[in-house]
Amino acid sequence: MARFALSPRRLGYRFNAVGMIGLSVIVFWATVAVFAPLLIPYPIGDIVDYDYFGPMSAQFLLGTDYLGRDMLSRILMGARYTVGISLAAVALACFSGVALGMSAAVAGGWFDAILSRFLDALNSIPSKLFGLVVVAAVGSSMPVLVLTLAVIYTPGSYRFARALAVNINSMDFVTVARARGEKTLYLIGSEILPNILGPVLADLGLRFVFIVLLLSGLSFLGLGVQPPNADWGALVRENIGGLPFGAPAVMVPSLAIASLTISVNMLIDNLPVKIRDRSNG
Amino acid sequence: MNRHVLMLVVNRLIIAVITLLIVSFTVFAATEMLPGDVAQILLGQAATAEAVAGLRTAMHLDDPAIVRFARWLAGLASGDLGTSYANNLPIADLIGPRFLSSMKLAAATAVFSVPIALFLGITAAILRGTLFDRVVTAVTIGVISVPEFMVATSAVLIFAVYLQWLPALAFANEVHSFGELLRVFAMPVITLSFVISAQMIRMTRAAVIETLNTPYIEMALLKGASRRRIVLKHALPNALGPIVNAVALSLSYLLGGVIIVETIFNYPGIAKLMVDAVATRDLPLIQTCSMVFCLGYLLLITIADIIAILSNPRLR
Repeated sequence: MARFALSPRRLGYRFNAVGMIGLSVIVFWATVAVFAPLLIPYPIGDIVDYDYFGPMSAQFLLGTDYLGRDMLSRILMGARYTVGISLAAVALACFSGVALGMSAAVAGGWFDAILSRFLDALNSIPSKLFGLVVVAAVGSSMPVLVLTLAVIYTPGSYRFARALAVNINSMDFVTVARARGEKTLYLIGSEILPNILGPVLADLGLRFVFIVLLLSGLSFLGLGVQPPNADWGALVRENIGGLPFGAPAVMVPSLAIASLTISVNMLIDNLPVKIRDRSNG
Repeated sequence: MNRHVLMLVVNRLIIAVITLLIVSFTVFAATEMLPGDVAQILLGQAATAEAVAGLRTAMHLDDPAIVRFARWLAGLASGDLGTSYANNLPIADLIGPRFLSSMKLAAATAVFSVPIALFLGITAAILRGTLFDRVVTAVTIGVISVPEFMVATSAVLIFAVYLQWLPALAFANEVHSFGELLRVFAMPVITLSFVISAQMIRMTRAAVIETLNTPYIEMALLKGASRRRIVLKHALPNALGPIVNAVALSLSYLLGGVIIVETIFNYPGIAKLMVDAVATRDLPLIQTCSMVFCLGYLLLITIADIIAILSNPRLR
């Protein structure tokens, strides 16, 4: 903590080395997700190797999968699904969670009580189970996945934002704004939101990690992204047969997930206090 | 004062019951979203309209959703879990043995992971800032931020492929001796223990550190008490409530982990039963399995909350 206290204020945000590593890995995967079709050495559907579960070689940098397709290409394309779906879901979850949380804190009364009770109840359904049940009922497609993941993580985001907003709501400047006769929408948008934005963004990062893990888990169970498309979890599932041979095709997609989630954690743990704890400052 | 604590506990229990009602309604509603007519699906394309209508009446599918929900809930409460669509067996018979074997897995995991996690969590908190603490923290964050199937596949790679100590797949119905039992349980238990311990170490460490930051610990330090005395006499008794709370909360992560672990190791537990039911779209079975899971989860977090209430000395 003392480290950050020393950093000069005028420089804006400054990250330490661990945070920088985290940030660069995230930027790397984001770039890959955007430009994947230009980067892949082989078309993802083509069987390019006569052998299956091939080892790493100069021709196939990450080996080949259970049909002899190039793993590197499949992982680069998989980044699009893993990063894209998770990003869409986390944006949706945090937007609705934060909007509802702030409204509940400002409005109070029965609106707050009923909403809190209902969302807390949703929160006490294990997340994987929720995903399983919904996918069993309506089938798996990308919009369904994004919506399901968003619904699962909205209650957590709501709870977090509401707790922060309740603190801000009791401050003098909000009372003054209320006395001026400002409407709820103004209170939420101009008085509360700017003051909870930092912690909310840090929370968004952590929730992104949970969503990546849940999406991978669902895909691993065969309930997430459906063939012929494959995200990183689905890549592990389709190549699980190579596990007894120690094929790279099994471990490499897992490592890709781990690199993404661990870097997000590293970045968030090393965020400047200025962003992370703005509500306390 | 004791009346006050009792009120808080009763209040928490009432909230748990309300939550359970909302959860069961959500599970019911989610499975009601299935497109298509259940009777039509069950009878197949060749069924006559009369047969479909007959089955709809027999299954009470024409009743309003709220009536069917009430009937389903009443059935659950009285122990009538319904019949599986896929093979017409009573769900109670399907779930019973599976539930037992899942509980065995959970119990074995708890027996392993709780002592190890408590030891590591408490020592890491006491030795805060040392190399030991940093290694423990880094490893736990690592395990928490990777998917469970990665922990499982890594365990298989290490113990079954490279070291060749254990078989890669579990078949719990072919156990004849203690040695075989050990080999069958080893891999799922190792994987689950890793996942659960990581959570538990983090929470235990946080709970102990919070206690160590209190003014009375500072006072003990200023009085010149030894480190050992501070931890054993002053900190641990007060941290006990939060630690037990952390253990109960971490055990609730078992429910998520078990779904992946039972699938990957072919372990015949209730989670595998449910994943298979999802594949065959066997709705009554899915509903019942999810209620079992939600009930377990709710039970654990309610217990955790009640322990937190009871262990708060300010309420006593």
